[in-house]
Amino acid sequence: MEEVKIGVYVCHCGTNIAGTVDVEEVAKFAATLPNVIVSRHYGYMCSDPGQDLIKNDIKELGINRVVVASCSPRLHEKTFQGVLRGAALNPYLFQMANIREHCSWLHEPGPELTEKAKRMVRAAVNRVSHHEPLEIRAVPIFPASLVVGGGIAGMQAALEIANANQIVYLVEREPSIGGHMAQFDKTFPTLDCAACILTPRMTEVAHHPFIRILTYSEVVEISGYVGNFRVKIRRKPRYVDEEKCIGCGICQEKCPWKALSEFDVGMRKRKAIYTPFPQAVPNIPVIDTEHCAYFLKRTCRACEKFCDAKAINFEQKELIFELDVGNIIIATGFDTFDASKITQYGYARYPNVFTSLEFERLCSPSGPTEGHIILADGRQPDSVAIIHCVGSRDKNYHEYCSRVCCMHALKHAQLLKEKTNADVYQMYIDMRCFGKGYEEFYERIQKENINFIRGKVAKVTDQAVSEEEKGKLIVLVEDTLLGRMLRVPVDMVILCVALEPRKDAGEVARLFHLGRSADGFFLERHPKLDPVATMSEGIFIVGCCQGPKDIPDTVAQASAAAARALAMIVRGKMEVPAITAFIDETKCSGCKICNRLCPYSAIFFDDSTKVSRINQVLCQGCGACAAACPSGAITHNYFTADEIMAEIEGVLA
Amino acid sequence: MSFEPRIVGFLCNWCSYAGADLAGVSRLKCAPNVHIIRTMCSGAVEPEFVVKALQHGADGVLILGCHIGDCHYQYGNHRAKKRVAILRRLLSYLGIDPRRVKLEWVCASCADDFVDVVNKLTADIKELGPLHGGGKDR
Ligand code: FES
Repeated sequence: MEEVKIGVYVCHCGTNIAGTVDVEEVAKFAATLPNVIVSRHYGYMCSDPGQDLIKNDIKELGINRVVVASCSPRLHEKTFQGVLRGAALNPYLFQMANIREHCSWLHEPGPELTEKAKRMVRAAVNRVSHHEPLEIRAVPIFPASLVVGGGIAGMQAALEIANANQIVYLVEREPSIGGHMAQFDKTFPTLDCAACILTPRMTEVAHHPFIRILTYSEVVEISGYVGNFRVKIRRKPRYVDEEKCIGCGICQEKCPWKALSEFDVGMRKRKAIYTPFPQAVPNIPVIDTEHCAYFLKRTCRACEKFCDAKAINFEQKELIFELDVGNIIIATGFDTFDASKITQYGYARYPNVFTSLEFERLCSPSGPTEGHIILADGRQPDSVAIIHCVGSRDKNYHEYCSRVCCMHALKHAQLLKEKTNADVYQMYIDMRCFGKGYEEFYERIQKENINFIRGKVAKVTDQAVSEEEKGKLIVLVEDTLLGRMLRVPVDMVILCVALEPRKDAGEVARLFHLGRSADGFFLERHPKLDPVATMSEGIFIVGCCQGPKDIPDTVAQASAAAARALAMIVRGKMEVPAITAFIDETKCSGCKICNRLCPYSAIFFDDSTKVSRINQVLCQGCGACAAACPSGAITHNYFTADEIMAEIEGVLA
Repeated sequence: MSFEPRIVGFLCNWCSYAGADLAGVSRLKCAPNVHIIRTMCSGAVEPEFVVKALQHGADGVLILGCHIGDCHYQYGNHRAKKRVAILRRLLSYLGIDPRRVKLEWVCASCADDFVDVVNKLTADIKELGPLHGGGKDR
């Protein structure tokens, strides 16, 4: 074996480390450790000159192991491994000591910090002596991509990729793509109609030769890894033959059975056979088996009788099939907060208390009232209160700001003024109009004779205490600018409900191996520098599943994720991490304990030799098998028992 | 001089190591007694690692993984849980107080939890005294 020659590099990170750790002393100490040929300290090791120090020492001094004592390996391990590679040294002959996040930043300043940093460096030096070069393999990738969720985020991502002539599967669990944006009436701050900008997009997606839309479908299983995912899709039966249906709509006309429309948030009825909205893509209805008389009592079949295309098929079964994709973009969107949880606001108790989403439908010309803003009894409201931050910025529900409510509240006010000329009250905590053109919009709306009351609403009630309040909803709010309680009688209340993670976000996170932040939204790889990637390589998150955001931000994120996916598609192959496990066949006793343990079914028993083997492509390198093997036959690369033991000794010596 | 315990911490790469990073990034402060060793998963922590640490002068061992259900490798943390339970019984047979070995779940955004766990364990082990000579184990 060649002689081990270690180079140690201690980073100042400006004053981040050097401010509290005596880096010079740490470097001096490192020089005394076994096998250390050179030990240096430098201002910023990650900078070009810092990296050059390592490169030169590899070339000039022939060092063959590198230790960098700086920040977290989660931040810069890849950077430095790249340096080794650039100098023709195997990147796994490297170890980092995290003396910033886990030392200089984490403890009160004092002499102990330098001592701790020394121990960390000694552990790294001890460990790296045991490192072996690992083979880096490049495997071809599947060029197709999967987009999960057909709202504006998913559509945008799909279009960007497809426009580069790459195949995209767009999976949507509802019968139509379109998402929440299809439910909106107008968009802020330009007040252009949502449908007018969305439906052309939907058609573009529908007719794109490189996009395959899979509606009424869900991902049920995923295996493999970046570049080589295999995804199992379940396509629910529509009971309508997609090949035959011409979308004439006669079935919906003739169907006598009704249910509440999900698209119109329960504000009107749809048929048991239905498309969610007239511009649905694809324009093919589905049968809701919970309300269809045929499925309930085996009668009716009216749709079948009237369908000239003979497209109704009550026997249709769900379809399970698999797709091979290289990248996955998650765009599963958000749910709106259930306003009935805040009982004092009277939602679901008073018919004239609406959520912001219901109000969108009320304003929409294609909505239940054809765009007429009316109360439950059909009258036009003379006065309306818009309550901000319902479920947001509230310790009892969601601490975060939902980011879009201030703006859509202003938009609602504008529409109310235009359509009804009602008195409008905005009851807000703070106005947050941060986007391009938003502050200007706010300025404009303020001139529209709208009442802004700064304060959190305590209660909405119908208990009148004066003649003027009779028959009204009374909003009790403290005006914090005037410092007094107000009772504001109105005809209608709009609750600006929070955007929250989908109810099944936990399951989706588990399915795709995603992390979630404290607020429940999916966790990005880095909050600033990598906002669309996730800890799962090759899986990206865009739109509101990552956190509440408006349409422009959503679209920008979707395009960003598409660019990331395309970058890999263009390369055509990818390197698989060498951190896998392998079995020493001479030590394996054939007990099969590891076979059952592996979460990826990567370990199989070879009957001819009676030992277990690990499929290096399927192995994800978790190390569970190595920890469990009673014969010590399994080595977990880059985390071998020898390496960890050496690190333990180093830390404690 | 007061007793400053030495504790070895095995932190899974995906949640707990990231949580500890976040504690540093957020400039939270905790006791400096835990020396962190990164592992890919709490399920990859071999019982031998724990024993080795205790043999070589550690007064305590901390194992941190993702919350149940959140393991990056699905159920590595279930394995850790079972293993540590057995290991702790074994240690108490050997006359080592099982409170010296602690398994906790710390997520990538749980910086506060990380700091609490470290401070708590450090205090507990101070209370127990040194493992090698003079501890309250037996
Ligand atoms: S990856 Fe964190 S416990 Fe398995």
